[in-house]
Amino acid sequence: MGLEVRREAETLIVELVGDWELSDAVPRFAPLLENDSEAPAAQAVDFDATGLGSWDSSLLTFLQQGMIHCEAHDLEFRSGNLPEDIARLLELARAVPEQETERASAELPFPAAMGTWGLAAWDGLMEAVTFLGEVADSFLRLVLFRLRMRWRDFWVVVQSNSSGALPIVTLIAFLVGMIISFLGAVVLRRFGAGYFVSYLVGYGMLREMASLMTGIIMAGRTGAAFAAELGSMKITEEIDAYRTLGISPVDHLVVPRVLGILVTMPLLTVYAGFIGILGGMVVAIMVLDLSVTQFTGGLLQAVTLSDALLGVFKGTVFGLIIGLAGCMKGLQTGGDASAVGKATTSAVVLGITLIIAANAVIDWLAVLLNI
Amino acid sequence: MDGGAPAENGVSPIEVRGLTMRYGPLVVTENLDFKVRRGEIFVIMGGSGSGKSTLLKHLIGLKAPAEGSILFEGEDFLEADEKTRKGILRRMGVLYQNGALWSGLTLAENVALPLEEYTELDTTSIGEVVSLKLALVGLRGFEAFYPAEISGGMRKRAALARATALDPEVLFFDEPSSGLDPITASRLDDLILQLRDSFGTTIVVVSHDLDSIFRIADRALFLDIKEKTMTAMGTPEALRESPPTDEVRRFMTRSSEAGPSEEPDAPREEKAQERRDDP
Repeated sequence: MGLEVRREAETLIVELVGDWELSDAVPRFAPLLENDSEAPAAQAVDFDATGLGSWDSSLLTFLQQGMIHCEAHDLEFRSGNLPEDIARLLELARAVPEQETERASAELPFPAAMGTWGLAAWDGLMEAVTFLGEVADSFLRLVLFRLRMRWRDFWVVVQSNSSGALPIVTLIAFLVGMIISFLGAVVLRRFGAGYFVSYLVGYGMLREMASLMTGIIMAGRTGAAFAAELGSMKITEEIDAYRTLGISPVDHLVVPRVLGILVTMPLLTVYAGFIGILGGMVVAIMVLDLSVTQFTGGLLQAVTLSDALLGVFKGTVFGLIIGLAGCMKGLQTGGDASAVGKATTSAVVLGITLIIAANAVIDWLAVLLNI
Repeated sequence: MDGGAPAENGVSPIEVRGLTMRYGPLVVTENLDFKVRRGEIFVIMGGSGSGKSTLLKHLIGLKAPAEGSILFEGEDFLEADEKTRKGILRRMGVLYQNGALWSGLTLAENVALPLEEYTELDTTSIGEVVSLKLALVGLRGFEAFYPAEISGGMRKRAALARATALDPEVLFFDEPSSGLDPITASRLDDLILQLRDSFGTTIVVVSHDLDSIFRIADRALFLDIKEKTMTAMGTPEALRESPPTDEVRRFMTRSSEAGPSEEPDAPREEKAQERRDDP
């Protein structure tokens, strides 16, 4: 690859020498003219390709630069001496004028950006309300036996949320139980109250951690799956196919899924609570030298049924949140494959955020109501 | 294929009045006016990005017009109440570009779903109707297959079985030949022709496949991406012989060259009458 520049009267002649390859750098065109200090200034650019070897897009890119530069500076660009095939390709690149695309690429000023954001948020809220209304309508018809339920979808969800979810729920719940127990072991032993660790583990698992951890796992597992399933169905026009047949996608797709997770979440919460207490007990026995009888005794003395029921209630609410968030984001998916990824992500984020917010609200109410 | 469409009787199955379509602030097409005649095969054609598919989405009620209205058997879909709307949807079938079969259901269940939703037939009768519909599209014996297990052409045919499950009066096809080899595509064209001939179904096809257009279309409408509206309507032969605009000529003759400068105004006058059926 090489370049030589020489002047003939008011014409700048660019000599193209050797082989041009994209793997070498593409030289800039503008400096050739800028470095040309000879007076009077050049009025035209011509080429001499007698020494040119093989070439590829690097040469074309260089020439394209030259063409644009010449146009901008009112210079004549003579392509007559270039090999014919190169001249033709340059012609092709120029044939279609740059399209005036209406794509808004400009950065919006701050107030406008705030306004756009606000409008989008409002639209999002309206969509959410509409979706919730549709779901409520469908569930009402389900209760009134006026909706034909797709039981198979329901059972698929139940299966994947029960037996399918047990290993991960077991692992996480056991570890969380152990963690609570370790905390208790460190703090309570200082006050010589190591015996109360069972109270801490039982109370903590049943009231808070069992439902919360299961909720978070399920949001990442099932909520994401719902969003991805419905999102892909949106892209393959399967959702449209429901709509143009006058069949509500909410009836057919959302109701069985939400119902499925609504049924399994409380069961999983109970299971997670049990496993968590087991994990806590293992630590209590190993670290605090408590016996099984001491542990269970302390547990049964302090923890009441209402603690467990509160946890189950929370689990149910979380199940509803996960199902609705996942299905809503799935149905709102845009038009391409990357939109499914976005929908899945936002389903998980929305699910977890709402779960934690709901947990705080329920805890607060529980304190107020003295449960 | 000349004059295959029977004469208009009474209200037309689909009537578009002053339709403007937008994507956000971007106008796709303006001022569309046309009527589809009963029992004809009506093709909406145009280059990529000319709004063909968007127009289809409007016709099947998935998108609301920015301006103007679309009447289905004389009724405005968007202003109709829930019951009328379901009635309208029951009377039309759509074949989506890639079939859009429900991936979680077998072919039989796909075809059965509309029947379960709209009829009081018992399971045995539904099974029989499903077998018949699948046999009509050449898929006898594929009842238990899932959409993912069959080829693209078979998927489209199965989707056609689903779209015709309720014997619709109007059938919409979105790019029926896209993604199919020439033989399979031409078989699908045969099916389309046969549906019209045997059931008198009104058929609206979105397509840019010239072979198929010349084969099946009674009338065709051309959407021009630059003019942002329809620039021609008529039989494909007439559009090829005397194209009203240069863009139509290029499309109909599969040519990329600029047109010969033969007085472009003369045929345009002549076409103008056929272009708009007065509402």
